[in-house]
Amino acid sequence: MELTELIIKGILIVVLFGVTLLIAMYSTWAERKVAGFIQDRFGPNRAGPGGIFQPLADAGKMFFKEDFIPSQANKWLFILGPCLAILTALMSSAVIPFGESIRYEDLLIPVQGVEINIGILYVFGVVSLGVYGLMVGGWASNNKFSLLGAIRAASQNISYEIGFGLSIIAILMMTGSLSIRAIVEQQHGFAWNLFNQPLGFIIFLTCAFAECNRTPFDLPECETELVGGYHTEYSSMKLGFYLFAEYINMFVSSAIIASLYFGGYNYPGMDWVRETLTGSLGAATGHNLATLVGTIVLFGKIFFFIFFFMWVRWTLPRFRYDQLMNLGWKTFIPLSILNVVVTGFGLLYDVKYASWAIVIVMVIMAMVSSARAPKPAVQPQRT
Amino acid sequence: MKPTEILFYALTAITLLSASFVVTARNPIHSVLALILTFFCLSGHYILLNAQFLAAVNIIVYAGAIMVLFLFVIMFLNMKTEDEESKTTITKLAAVIVGGVLLVVMVAVFRAASMATYNPSTYSAKVGLVENLGLVLYRDYLLPFELASVLLLVAMVGAVMLGKREPGDRHY
Repeated sequence: MELTELIIKGILIVVLFGVTLLIAMYSTWAERKVAGFIQDRFGPNRAGPGGIFQPLADAGKMFFKEDFIPSQANKWLFILGPCLAILTALMSSAVIPFGESIRYEDLLIPVQGVEINIGILYVFGVVSLGVYGLMVGGWASNNKFSLLGAIRAASQNISYEIGFGLSIIAILMMTGSLSIRAIVEQQHGFAWNLFNQPLGFIIFLTCAFAECNRTPFDLPECETELVGGYHTEYSSMKLGFYLFAEYINMFVSSAIIASLYFGGYNYPGMDWVRETLTGSLGAATGHNLATLVGTIVLFGKIFFFIFFFMWVRWTLPRFRYDQLMNLGWKTFIPLSILNVVVTGFGLLYDVKYASWAIVIVMVIMAMVSSARAPKPAVQPQRT
Repeated sequence: MKPTEILFYALTAITLLSASFVVTARNPIHSVLALILTFFCLSGHYILLNAQFLAAVNIIVYAGAIMVLFLFVIMFLNMKTEDEESKTTITKLAAVIVGGVLLVVMVAVFRAASMATYNPSTYSAKVGLVENLGLVLYRDYLLPFELASVLLLVAMVGAVMLGKREPGDRHY
């Protein structure tokens, strides 16, 4: 590897890392703004114009609070918990392709931290490690509520990982590659996987909610039952790390949903844009600008999904724990296995949209069952 | 020394240290965490051998799923008090004998095993990648592979049967 290539790659990795942290930081502000909008109030609007400096103020507050470790806690594991949470959260963005390639003289450098041919398995492995941060922290706190929260987090993550993995398998069968870049490249233009895998997309999206511990699946930190869940005993920046890890996870899962199902940096008319730009501005500048447009499109998709996460959080109430487990084990796993089988039949007989059959059957069944269900009698209001 | 050799020796040292900590740690949680570190180091060895797929699967299956369940069970059992009365002289003696016999068997196997040689001029660096692994599994070892999957399926059905609540069981 040449020195210039190494330098460009290094700058690229630092920029991607910084962008990940910046987006996670401003997600906290965006979340409160979205909550304010949905609940018809202002949200943060004191620090700077529109409350734009609110994340900085929050971070300053987090750093200067007392860093308290309970006397009966296991000190080293108590510190290790938030470190593991933020480490695993930051690791997973390394393999996401954020754009096509940067052209510098004759070099073509892909806009990606590292390209490995098992990219999606890497993401899957890192996600499955994320639960250790919560478990170790919850156990080391020496608090029953923390322990219960940690155990809930662990069982929830293990249960939803199965549905998560099985819904990816249908995508892998259609593309024949484990590399995220190869999966994105096959969705060139408007051939997004969403149109072939609608059911897989819904299962993947819901499992991503559960893996990020977001409402309606935020049972590990359910304050009505568990005080604060696994981070009850945490204060200062250790708590900040746990909360920050959740936002980084949200960004990374939005990026993965966008790459796997919404075409990543592909958009309709990308070939035309590339030809026009390279024709009018020269090969190198035009190529880099076209890549930039693709990256901006990808970030637009990512921001939409981050907004979607927030929208759901402030719209839906939390599930009960048995409902959560039933949904994971008795609904998503059989459905995703069915999806794999139907996709296999579709590949065998060359029917591209086979997965829609399940969706149509499910919608018809839901309509029939809701039409046949007895109407609840109108309850007279008690005075 | 080449960089890969330095990596190999560092990884091996961490592997051996964490593996011995698994056995010597007093607290079972520490022991489980050291075991997770050991699995990580083993995955690092797989990556050094250019077997990326095996490394990822090792982390997903062992570090990501099985060890989480270990940690889960140990947290529930709450083994803070030393459970000394279960460790009688006979159990200790039996453990030493079993461990020693296992060591003898492993030494015998490794002495008898012959190292496969490779030809550097015809060796393909892509032999450990997932495409080649899949071809080998589905072309040369199809029957053992399918039999292993049937075995896993049977084990899974058995676990579900054991965990199923009978009609008269207490509802927790």
